[in-house]
Amino acid sequence: MSALAAWLNDDVAATRGQAVAQNAWRAWRRFASNPLGLIGLAVVLLLVGTALFAPWIATHPPNDQNLAARLMAPSAAHWLGTDELGRDIWSRLVWGSRITLSIIAIVSIVVAPIGLAVGCVAGYAGGWADAVLMRVTDLFLAFPSLILALAFVAALGPSLENAILAIALTQWPPIARLARAETLSLRNSDYIAAVRLLGASPARIVLRHVTPLCLPSVVVRVTLNMASIILTAAGLGFLGLGAQPPTPEWGAMVSTGRRFMLDSWWVVTFPGVAILVVSLAFNLVGDALRDALDPRQG
Amino acid sequence: MAVDAPAGTARAPSPTLLPWRRLRRGAGTVGSALVTLFLLVLLTFVIGRLLPVDPVLAVVGADADNATYMKVKAELGLDKPILEQFWIFLTQLAHGNFGKTLLTGRPVVEDIGRVLPATIELATVTIVLGAGIGVPLGVFAAVNRGRLADHVVRILSLMGHSTPIFWLGMVGLIIFYAKLDWVGGSGRVELFYVDMVPNVTGLLLVDSLLAGDMDVFWSAFRHIVLPASVLAYSSIAYISRMTRSFMLEQLSQEYVVAARAKGAPRSRVIWGHAFKNIRVQVVTIVALSYGGLLEGAVLTETVFGWPGFGQYLTSALVIGDMNVVVACTLIIGCLFIGLNLLSDMLYRLLDPRTR
Repeated sequence: MSALAAWLNDDVAATRGQAVAQNAWRAWRRFASNPLGLIGLAVVLLLVGTALFAPWIATHPPNDQNLAARLMAPSAAHWLGTDELGRDIWSRLVWGSRITLSIIAIVSIVVAPIGLAVGCVAGYAGGWADAVLMRVTDLFLAFPSLILALAFVAALGPSLENAILAIALTQWPPIARLARAETLSLRNSDYIAAVRLLGASPARIVLRHVTPLCLPSVVVRVTLNMASIILTAAGLGFLGLGAQPPTPEWGAMVSTGRRFMLDSWWVVTFPGVAILVVSLAFNLVGDALRDALDPRQG
Repeated sequence: MAVDAPAGTARAPSPTLLPWRRLRRGAGTVGSALVTLFLLVLLTFVIGRLLPVDPVLAVVGADADNATYMKVKAELGLDKPILEQFWIFLTQLAHGNFGKTLLTGRPVVEDIGRVLPATIELATVTIVLGAGIGVPLGVFAAVNRGRLADHVVRILSLMGHSTPIFWLGMVGLIIFYAKLDWVGGSGRVELFYVDMVPNVTGLLLVDSLLAGDMDVFWSAFRHIVLPASVLAYSSIAYISRMTRSFMLEQLSQEYVVAARAKGAPRSRVIWGHAFKNIRVQVVTIVALSYGGLLEGAVLTETVFGWPGFGQYLTSALVIGDMNVVVACTLIIGCLFIGLNLLSDMLYRLLDPRTR
């Protein structure tokens, strides 16, 4: 253990691998010094755990109806009460974490490379390629993300898949903008000139020498975006344009509870709290990551 | 935001050329906004044509014969080549014609004219709240950087970024309407007062004051308080966060130290010196969040049964009325482009460094 610590804290890195590990270690230490970030990370890990072990954590099957026990207040049998069809809200929340997590994961995995590619190419190539790509980016930025997603879902038809597609379409432009700005600041630096003198092709320069340096800020941006992905997905679900019943999507659960909210507050309250807590957690992690990875921005 | 080159690196441009350069840069901004606008129209056209269901079939029904089908298709202009369709779409737009709604057959423009004032009223009250609370909060946080107050404001603003606004609205209704009965329920006024005052501006608060009817005013006020506060929370979060970072940038400058050193009172240093220099940025942020309110309005209006633009859009979305969706999307996009352009221009106009 102490050997590892010494290796990580060594003043001079002997190998490339050690340098990478040391950098990661320093970033982690800066991250860990932020208590709010750690809380956020704990919540995110808890969410992942809940999603993985949903069958064991849930007390009831999520779609099991029991009309005799409809709209029951929270009790020992139903920890968070039941909804209008007598389904256990706690179990539906637990299963719903899988949907929330998959939306976040799919959108982020799709969006980060696209944004990175568009931004780095636009920034490095400059000229008309830059102009065209940035106009398209501006176009998508000219909408509040929910409105654009709404329009796409309306055109494609409401479903969870289309909601994910629509959210992905609205989420790449800020990343492209960011990657372009980073690329522009790197483009004229000496090391890029050196690589170019060595005869590296533009593709190699972008892929091997520009993209890695854009990564930290893109990672931060993507993490912060996760909160807005959750909110947009929940908003779509609430409007009935996202996941369709009986899928236990949190936004849709709030939406169905709306008719009963004045008498049965628990039906709308708990799914909303879940959305709030998870999106707050991602915001906290993103904030802490920004401080850890990107010390330039205070 | 553009980063200016450090001063004194190059020969100062001749004074006669300066206005010309500014004009050209301004024209460039307008030009790129126009290109974005054109792409926006193209995008909404594509969205309108993406429909998975056949719009002709929606009109004629499944068991119409082929002749009727072709006739309706020709009437809708769908038999023409796609480029020609786009051209027709463009010329119709230029005449301010967005087509008719699916359900009532009324022109979309008329409908939008009817619902827009309700949203403008809501958004205006919201932005007054948002800027009125958000800006002082941001300044307060910046001045107390690193202290408890700063952290409290930070948490408040992070919560604002993370709260699902539709849910907050419902919780607000449960507490303040159902339990405490402090505020009105859904709609803009009590049903009893609907259409009681003559419609002059479309803004109910103003109209009722003009008519001198305090009962209607009070009812309208009770109804707008909660949706406006709920909506304002997210803009307070955004505005205070941005104001804080603008303010921090100023407070670290030497002129602030100088002002302090010469013995200027604290409040004068904060508001008279530092804040004075971030006014432009603050106005920009407030303008942008006014546009962003439309997003929240879609959800808030649905929750509060507020008969505005957002509710109109969502009800069209649910039944797939693409004329309305396209028109609304286009209007929101234009508004955003316009606000961005305006804040850009304002920046150029008011920032002395760009002169």
